[in-house]
Amino acid sequence: MTSDSADVALRVKALESLLVEKKLVDPKALDAVVELYETKIGPHNGAKVIAKAWTDPDYKKRLLENGTAAIAELGFSGVQGEDMLVVENTPDVHNMVVCTLCSCYPWPTLGLPPVWFKAAPYRSRAVIDPRGVLEEFGVTVPAEKEVRVWDSNAELRYLVLPERPPGTEDMSEEELAALVTRDSMIGTGLAKAA
Amino acid sequence: MNGVHDLGGTHGHGPINPEANEPVFHADWEKRVFALFFGTFAEGMLNVDQFRYAIERMAPAEYLRSSYYEHWLHTYELLLTEKGIITEAELAKKYAELKEAA
Repeated sequence: MTSDSADVALRVKALESLLVEKKLVDPKALDAVVELYETKIGPHNGAKVIAKAWTDPDYKKRLLENGTAAIAELGFSGVQGEDMLVVENTPDVHNMVVCTLCSCYPWPTLGLPPVWFKAAPYRSRAVIDPRGVLEEFGVTVPAEKEVRVWDSNAELRYLVLPERPPGTEDMSEEELAALVTRDSMIGTGLAKAA
Repeated sequence: MNGVHDLGGTHGHGPINPEANEPVFHADWEKRVFALFFGTFAEGMLNVDQFRYAIERMAPAEYLRSSYYEHWLHTYELLLTEKGIITEAELAKKYAELKEAA
């Protein structure tokens, strides 16, 4: 630990201790929040949504028409997922999501955002050089394919519905979910090959 | 506001460098800072708009130099003292006590 991060850790401890002493926060409640976001809430939730959309055309239709309600059917609602728009990747269109102003991200389906999503390089460049950014993630989008970049905001969060990989016709929903990566739902990656 | 947080389209921030198999948190203090959002929000000490605006009020150089959860820490310190829920003196005293004990 550097002296700077040691100092930050101490400032955090001072703040929490003071709030606990004043009985304004309960440290056990904080523990529970941490456990929830480390274990229960993460991209495995979003992967279930995508796998269901790949296998159930009626669900996919509902998901694209009213993402918030269709995602709630699977139980993934709550803080920072109150209003969701699902955007579909097709042979003609590749979607990717950024939050240029800060870090807006659909917590119930993807968990907490990775550091790069919240940092200046991605936020600044995703909107002026999306193809260059995608190359950095190892994704080459052919010139004739349109790239659409969605800038998240405090009210509306986006989830990308990636293209279903070829050769997966016989796979179960559970097997398909294992092919859905976090980055494929942000749009900086593709679903894994079968 | 067109402050430093409005990063879209600005140049010179370097490569993205995504981390493979990234953990949810990178330090124990990050966990506490994150969870404090729910603690303070649930108790009505702050709301999301106040939180966002407090981050946007960071000094530009400090904003770019510090990490994401340091922005959050700055925000609690700023909002809770502005609202008089805690005072800067109390915070400084507690910090000094903990530093002494460390």
